[in-house]
Amino acid sequence: MLKNRIIPCLDVKNGRVVKGINFVELKDAGDPVEQAKIYSDGGADEICFLDITASNENRETIIDIVRKTAKECFVPLTVGGGVRTIQNITDLLLAGADKVSINTAAVKDVSFVKEASKKFGSQCIVVAIDAKKVSDNKWEVFTHGGRNKTGIDAVEFAKQVETNGAGEILLTSMDRDGTKSGYDVDLLKVITDSTNIPVIASGGVGTLDHMYDGIVKGGASAVLAASIFHYGEYKIKEAKEYLNSKNVSVRL
Amino acid sequence: MNVTIVDYQSGNISSVINSFTEVAKGKVNLKVTSDIKKIIKSDKIVLPGQGSFKRCLDSLNSINGLVDTLKEFAITNKKPLLGICVGLQMLADVGYEEEETKGLGWISGKVSKIDNQNGKFKLPHIGWNEIEIQKESKIFKDIKNKSHMYFVHSYEFIPKDKSVISATTDYSSKIVCSVERDNIFGTQFHPEKSDKTGLKIIDNFIKL
Repeated sequence: MLKNRIIPCLDVKNGRVVKGINFVELKDAGDPVEQAKIYSDGGADEICFLDITASNENRETIIDIVRKTAKECFVPLTVGGGVRTIQNITDLLLAGADKVSINTAAVKDVSFVKEASKKFGSQCIVVAIDAKKVSDNKWEVFTHGGRNKTGIDAVEFAKQVETNGAGEILLTSMDRDGTKSGYDVDLLKVITDSTNIPVIASGGVGTLDHMYDGIVKGGASAVLAASIFHYGEYKIKEAKEYLNSKNVSVRL
Repeated sequence: MNVTIVDYQSGNISSVINSFTEVAKGKVNLKVTSDIKKIIKSDKIVLPGQGSFKRCLDSLNSINGLVDTLKEFAITNKKPLLGICVGLQMLADVGYEEEETKGLGWISGKVSKIDNQNGKFKLPHIGWNEIEIQKESKIFKDIKNKSHMYFVHSYEFIPKDKSVISATTDYSSKIVCSVERDNIFGTQFHPEKSDKTGLKIIDNFIKL
């Protein structure tokens, strides 16, 4: 049986790990390579790096971190943030990333997803969708870390990226991100019901029950979390044992 | 001993290189090349593969003499070869990803899309799944039945001769995830991304 994945995410800025509260206030907290190794030794099913300011800064820093991490972590590594060109993807994959996550570039032009999945295979193309609730049962896609409104319906966009060859969707609720009040389960449910590719839940996890809800109620194939692991509130092993005790299958 | 990872521009092979480098440390010489002179002199070959069946076969065929060299290595000389993911799939006679494409035909069978039972199962099959060992395989030495391995694929290898199947995994049906026929090995899962258990499989292959 396929296991539900637990994916710790490391937000990286200037080569250091940070975690923003609603993407604004940043708090410096560690070396990404070391953190990734701790997570991988601790039973993480995958590791995710998100280069949160990559749009404006030198890409060489994150590539170097990926290169170092990939030599020490033998679980899948996903890297996102500022991935805008085929060359960006090539560089990250060559450095040792297994998947790349595309956000703004996919919103700007969904054919970029198609081009990337044709060239590298769907297995390494994740599309990150940042969505915000705009009315009852309606969510809109946002870009630039939640700053820019796009007018695009999140459900329609999710279907579109699937058609264009995305292998997975990383779905972040901008309303919940950094709040620790739980994933937006309604948003997850509507996206997992309308697509046939795996969806990774992100944004808002504060307790292990939130993970349970994301998987069982929201239909997510994987749950992504940053701060609850990062600040040591829970260990990955604890999260897995808890889910397992509630009959959610995980890799123990 | 020389172990060669065949680099035929099949997409991302960095993880394969990293894991084999980790395991090979101080034990064997590891080469990453498409140079047929080096390949034929190797003791073992790793054939990775990412992306589509068609694209991988096209890349393999585009390098002059490569397929013949691999054939001489694995079929004539009977030296150990490990295919990973699409590297395993390419051993089949035919694949149906994108369009019907002729495979290497070294282990008879076909590669078709996993039956997702009308959307009941999401594709790609991504993540950790348990392997059910079907027969003793040299690369499974000290690997427990039901170990978790990392998968990412939408197509499955269906061999004609079921006796080549060394392990299956359960995803919509019993999917073939490992084969062994004489000196030829293949895994649908990614040992290079399957943590310590995966590294052990690589170690087993290197020690053959």
